[in-house]
Amino acid sequence: MVTTIELRCHVGVGPVVTGEALVTDDNFSARYDLDRIAGIFSRPQHKLVGQSYVDKIMVFNTAKGGVASAWMLHEMKSRGIAPKAILFNNVNPILAQGAALADMAMCDRFVDGDVTRLIRTADRVTVNPEIGLVTITRESVEAG
Amino acid sequence: MQLNKEEQAMLNGELGEPRRWAIEHMMRVGRFFDAEDFVEVTQAHIMADTESLGEAGVRFLEDIAARPEAERQVRIPMITDPRGIDFCHYKRLRQTDLMATLEQRAIDAFEAMGILMTNTCINYQTIMPPVRGEHLAFGDTGVVIYCNSVLGAYSNFEGGPSALAAGLTGRTPRYGLHLEQNRRATRRFRVDCELQHLSDWGALGGIIGARAGSYWEVPVIEGIRNQPGSDEMKHMGAAMASFGSVPLFHIVGVTPEAPTLEAVCDAAMPAETVGMADLEEFFARYGGKGEKVDVVVFSAPQLSLMEMQSLAELLDSRKLHPDTSLLAVTSPVVAADARRMGLVERIEASGALVLEGMCFYQSYAREMGEANGWKRLMTNSVKLANIIGGYGYEPTLSNMENCVASAIAGEIV
Repeated sequence: MVTTIELRCHVGVGPVVTGEALVTDDNFSARYDLDRIAGIFSRPQHKLVGQSYVDKIMVFNTAKGGVASAWMLHEMKSRGIAPKAILFNNVNPILAQGAALADMAMCDRFVDGDVTRLIRTADRVTVNPEIGLVTITRESVEAG
Repeated sequence: MQLNKEEQAMLNGELGEPRRWAIEHMMRVGRFFDAEDFVEVTQAHIMADTESLGEAGVRFLEDIAARPEAERQVRIPMITDPRGIDFCHYKRLRQTDLMATLEQRAIDAFEAMGILMTNTCINYQTIMPPVRGEHLAFGDTGVVIYCNSVLGAYSNFEGGPSALAAGLTGRTPRYGLHLEQNRRATRRFRVDCELQHLSDWGALGGIIGARAGSYWEVPVIEGIRNQPGSDEMKHMGAAMASFGSVPLFHIVGVTPEAPTLEAVCDAAMPAETVGMADLEEFFARYGGKGEKVDVVVFSAPQLSLMEMQSLAELLDSRKLHPDTSLLAVTSPVVAADARRMGLVERIEASGALVLEGMCFYQSYAREMGEANGWKRLMTNSVKLANIIGGYGYEPTLSNMENCVASAIAGEIV
């Protein structure tokens, strides 16, 4: 059985994209947490350490310090080793500015609650930043 | 967003392509954060080291720099955060010619835009400290939190692209900390411990930053018994921003917007305590006692003249262990003064190296670590200790005295 769930959020930036979700209730900084050459999370304390973020719809709680992330999203996308989209409960200006430069999909402020619980890893997710809509398609054996 | 005539002309491309890009970029960001209009800013500060820029970012800058002079020049005084290279020492650090070439290309582009190459994250100590109420577009989270909190200026975290856009247009979207309502305290902390060293102030910032945990939280702090100076605020702010992405804090009776608790929050707001046990637990996360130390780094933020003096006094007539490196990173302004006053000579007589205009973690730290065999890194910077694990290092955090003693012993003391 396939379940479709629609999540409303604040208007974001970037294009409409579809991909597979990788979800954590941890936070995010491109500078602190990533090996951007290998395309994996590298900071030992990060909950996704060792996992690839390439072409994923990433879901985090919030953004951490590190002004550099604003350039880094652009640089990562130019090499094709980047997430397709990043979703947050609340993002800081740096990541939003970086997404605006990189033309990467980014949204935050979900009206239905904690996005790190609403979306699950491996969900198929479509992000439409222009209207603030995230659609989840989930293979499920559960009712509803 | 509401645009005035000049902003509309920029958007129409009448003032050239760089300013058209800039205003459009800021409108996207402004829409994201519900800005209704722009606010004029007096200074911009850009973080743009080549490690984060990459080839793509440098090309982006070069495209702007290649435009006619009337189109590419910034409109307000604009300065730079630390670079990734100290051209005098990059070979000794085993950075590559490729890195130096990319850095030089970025510098050439900045200079073509009329940007002043200050290469510093302590501009509030050395270049031109902002004034209370001044609207700014500053990059480097440590710079922003200091200028907002200690000086009462108004800036969001402006990443490189947005700082550049602000420089090209003389404005930034009016959201976040440009609005009075977002500067009220949302979390209250009561400090119940002595803060002896700069690293203690950093640890306090780290603890509060981690607990606050968001750009949209504003801590107010009471109970600090020691009067802080600029370096104490520098370390505390940089750590708070690093651990929590926090851009503003208030200290009752110290910072300008908080002469009283009531000035920044409801006096009934419940307070959380930060005590000695919290501080000890924070330092204990960074182990390594008795292990070989590969490199001791004083950086992030760059050292003030007073920190350079403290370091010179600790290193006088002492020699580093042959298997341990010690790097002291400062701004070009401080380096020039420190050299004139003999501090650089005293520090380097120990075998240490003074670097200027760069910052350790913005300088291809992973590649430097691999090329030099550096794994165990010791520092008194809470910000650096927080960041550097992601670059493959094992950080140890302590005060400057212990860092120097460890560099001499060759192991963590």
